[in-house]
Amino acid sequence: MAAKPDEMAYYKHSKMLQVDYKPPSRDWMDPSVDFRPGSWIYPAKAKNLKILDLPNPRDWSPTDEDWKLPDNWKEIILEGMAERLEKYRSFRLFMDICVRCGACADKCHFFIGGGDPKNMPVLRAELVRSIYRRHFTTAGKIFGKLAGGRELTIDVIKEWFYYLFQCTECRRCSVFCPYGIDTAEITMIGRELLNLVGCHINWAIEPVANCFMTGNHMGILPHAYKDMADFLAEETEEIIGIDVKGDFNRKGAEILFITPSGDIFGDPGIITFMGYLTLFRYLKDQGLDITWSTYASEGGNFGLFTSHEMIKRLNVKMYAEAKRLKVKWILGGECGHMWRVVNQYMDTMNGPADFLEEPVSPITGTKFENAKSTKMVHITEFTADLIKNNKLKLDPSRNDHVKVTFHDSCNPARAMGLLEEPRYVIKNVCNNFYEMPDNTIREQTFCCGGGAGLGTEEMMEMRLRGGLPRGNAVKYVQEKHDVNRLACICAIDRATLVTVCDYWAPGVQVTGIHELVANALVFDGEKERTTDLRGEPLKGMEGEEE
Amino acid sequence: MRLLFPLLAVAVLILVAFAGATAGLNFLFGVVIPYVAFAIFVFGVVLRVVQWARVPVPFRIPSTCGQEKSFPWIKRNKIDNPSSTGAVVVRMLLEILLFRSLFRNTKAEIHYEPFSPAGPKVTYGSAKWLWLAGLAFHWSFLTIAIRHLRFFTEPIPSFVSLLEYLDGFFQIGVPAIYATDAVILAAVTYLFIRRVIVPQLRYISLPADYFPLFLIFGIVASGVLMRYVTRIDVVGIKELAMGWVTLHPTVPDGIGVMFYVHLFLVSTLFVYFPFSKLMHMGGVFLSPTRNLANNNRAVRHINPWDYPVKIHTYDEYEDDFRDLMKQAGIPVEKE
Amino acid sequence: MKLEDLLLQKKTSILEKWFQLIVETYPAETAKFLKKQKDRFANPVGAAIFQGIDGIFDQLCQEIDLDEVSPFLDKIVRIRAIQEFSPSQAVAFIFLLKHVIREELESEIRENRLSQELFIIESRIDDLALLSFNIYMKCREQIYEMKFNEVRNKTYSLLKKANLLYEIPKNVSGCQNETNTDKMTPLTV
Repeated sequence: MAAKPDEMAYYKHSKMLQVDYKPPSRDWMDPSVDFRPGSWIYPAKAKNLKILDLPNPRDWSPTDEDWKLPDNWKEIILEGMAERLEKYRSFRLFMDICVRCGACADKCHFFIGGGDPKNMPVLRAELVRSIYRRHFTTAGKIFGKLAGGRELTIDVIKEWFYYLFQCTECRRCSVFCPYGIDTAEITMIGRELLNLVGCHINWAIEPVANCFMTGNHMGILPHAYKDMADFLAEETEEIIGIDVKGDFNRKGAEILFITPSGDIFGDPGIITFMGYLTLFRYLKDQGLDITWSTYASEGGNFGLFTSHEMIKRLNVKMYAEAKRLKVKWILGGECGHMWRVVNQYMDTMNGPADFLEEPVSPITGTKFENAKSTKMVHITEFTADLIKNNKLKLDPSRNDHVKVTFHDSCNPARAMGLLEEPRYVIKNVCNNFYEMPDNTIREQTFCCGGGAGLGTEEMMEMRLRGGLPRGNAVKYVQEKHDVNRLACICAIDRATLVTVCDYWAPGVQVTGIHELVANALVFDGEKERTTDLRGEPLKGMEGEEE
Repeated sequence: MRLLFPLLAVAVLILVAFAGATAGLNFLFGVVIPYVAFAIFVFGVVLRVVQWARVPVPFRIPSTCGQEKSFPWIKRNKIDNPSSTGAVVVRMLLEILLFRSLFRNTKAEIHYEPFSPAGPKVTYGSAKWLWLAGLAFHWSFLTIAIRHLRFFTEPIPSFVSLLEYLDGFFQIGVPAIYATDAVILAAVTYLFIRRVIVPQLRYISLPADYFPLFLIFGIVASGVLMRYVTRIDVVGIKELAMGWVTLHPTVPDGIGVMFYVHLFLVSTLFVYFPFSKLMHMGGVFLSPTRNLANNNRAVRHINPWDYPVKIHTYDEYEDDFRDLMKQAGIPVEKE
Repeated sequence: MKLEDLLLQKKTSILEKWFQLIVETYPAETAKFLKKQKDRFANPVGAAIFQGIDGIFDQLCQEIDLDEVSPFLDKIVRIRAIQEFSPSQAVAFIFLLKHVIREELESEIRENRLSQELFIIESRIDDLALLSFNIYMKCREQIYEMKFNEVRNKTYSLLKKANLLYEIPKNVSGCQNETNTDKMTPLTV
């Protein structure tokens, strides 16, 4: 056998380059997986599973030989599959009709940036589909492998764990599928099945457990949430000279505002949070009556990355709190998967929200007819309407020190179609806006690589692979137009794209849209601003001190 | 193996038909098998579609591929992000008739050409060929199927004759070569070659992907041979076909072996169809990411199997944290 | 020197072969994709390799300028540093060039007795490999730094609020009000 590239002999060998160091080309039906560092996530801790009454809490690691599954794990998985085949037409259909045309193959950011064939959406789905064929179709039962079936073994469970947690449920592949097969749907169901035998990731389950108990993913206690919000209000006051403090759990307010908790602690999300406070304070004089909640202090919903049931268990707080506080409708902050849940699941799961009123902007009188049943409005819809009706005095030149591009977050783009509102807002608050190339934005947008519960440090290499297509497009506008800000409407983006940009397009900072709005917002009789909300000098103010 | 087995299977099928026809089992191959196959096809397809349709759609999960309906002053994309049933129908029609999603893949783009002094240039991605071949294949197949109605009808409906006329419009050769015959052969060949030479595709392809291609190739090839080369007895075939339709099957003599091969392969396709990926034909109509409107926030969708779940209520939450809340001046329900 | 001219003459075919060998370090399915998909946004890895080796090659044909060649090496190494390669695999792509040059120019080198020049070129390739290793290590260090930063960013305001971070006063000379620390109350936990 020839020396391996790690060995010195390899380089002395006269024909060194004929050594084949391709990964062995194994048939995909072979389920064995190398758990390489940087490509998998720590398993859910027992204590978190216990809080949520989820099965098989225990301490284990994916690199262990024995995963400590329950004795009847196979039965559990197959029964779970059978149940879901009867409950979800999507799952049933997507198991049956794929023709393996390959249109989706090179649409996944993980495949593009990493090159593992099992990250082609078609194969990711086939990992589950092959089990379906073997155990649920006549042809598969008789012909087995020949009919594309695979026996369900422990190795398959391990393979599922590896690859279903390498999918960010971004739905890009589904845009290109001639039958609309949505890998996210298969990933979600596959994760539910893994959940049944206690194989889930801590980075999804811990936020879920936190959210269940404290109302938010970060596990922030009510007083701390208020304390932090007040602190950020004070930081804002330092810059704009106006008290922007909000209030909490106030009954009888007209609107309840809910946003992801990532924005109250995380940088740069906190600046977006300061942006919300600023906007709400500005509108207060025009009659905005809005409150925040510590109980529904989480817009995001990591239940989406866990199971359908868990989505419902966490989401219930939004309507419950709106009802308790007797508000008229709910305004939602900038968050990606939160809006997938709000737009596609909330009303079905926890509605009807007949105790709320059809949303009407108190400032412009605009009826948000597209939200008349769910009664929840996206803040870029709200702000776009304000701008359209000239209710905001804006000075976009206060954002002249930034050159902005916009990253469509997967869920608002592909599970909602919120494409123009954020752009409209950005264009009105910034003078320098540049789009990334067409096949990387809007419905074709590339994921940040850290969605669906994957945005954790131990997954760093995988995330950077997945972030490459996005980072590459950012780099392009950076080189071409000197872009230095990447705007987005997602809290996960605000955490993970920072890293993606640091690696692939260093120098580009990540921002929420309402940070830019607040920078441009001109209060009556305000003091002259010399810095933006980040404390960075405005254009023409460099070197000046307060 | 994945390729060889389906190839062998089709070869065996052809041999069986040959053997049957030469052994004089005309009634079996000309009447019994076609009838059974057709019955399996109809029942099978209906059964599968009913099976799918019976499974509920708990959530409304369309993939939105354009601007949502929000304010009147924002231009929305009615087709790719439909908000009404009418728009969904248009989306589905474009999807089913024109393979819109596959086409999306293939926008002309400015490409970075390696080592080219000419700089970037506009080219078409290879996926366009997939769309084109897919479209050519499916439309040709449909046209050919409709053309075959002339065997089953008397008098022949005018649209069938018209289609035949158009299909043979180029008047090349005697009898005139149908354009669709050429197109479907080319398309099937392309779809096959693509599967074999693109490593990604070869890697994912199963026997179930090759078998229908070989089978359809066999059907078309035997049909073409019959029409242009071996020249079988068309009048006899019409008699046979009319016999099936009128439920008075008779088997005229001297139809020709090639016809039985053709018929047997078609029968196989009928039997295979309902149990295979070919059911995508029916499935595409039911796909929840395509056939639902994105109007979730305006019209509530009902989940028929919704059930109550364990939640953490506000009261429990306040009980946990009341003191902390009071200290921070956050209003509480119970003092 | 003559070999450099020869290299420039044969640039296109050398680069094509080199590219071929590099992408073959990926699984076959991936290699085909990297080769075929020409859109630089749909195929950032392939595009980066193209651009990278093009620039590296130009540098190789002259005295190597570290500042100029580094960005090109970086394009390729940065990607391989986060893919599933061992460290040696990640930088070994540069050695593939030796093989290609020998293969492409073998007869010319013999005929014109250019082995001394070949030695120089190959030494440059060795330098490039060492440089690649530096870049590789820089990337890996950055990854660990980013891991740390993410943890810090996630709780940034918490640390700041809890007065756990030292902030350099805006006006060091003194007359500035004492930043904003006086407004901070320690977090009650």
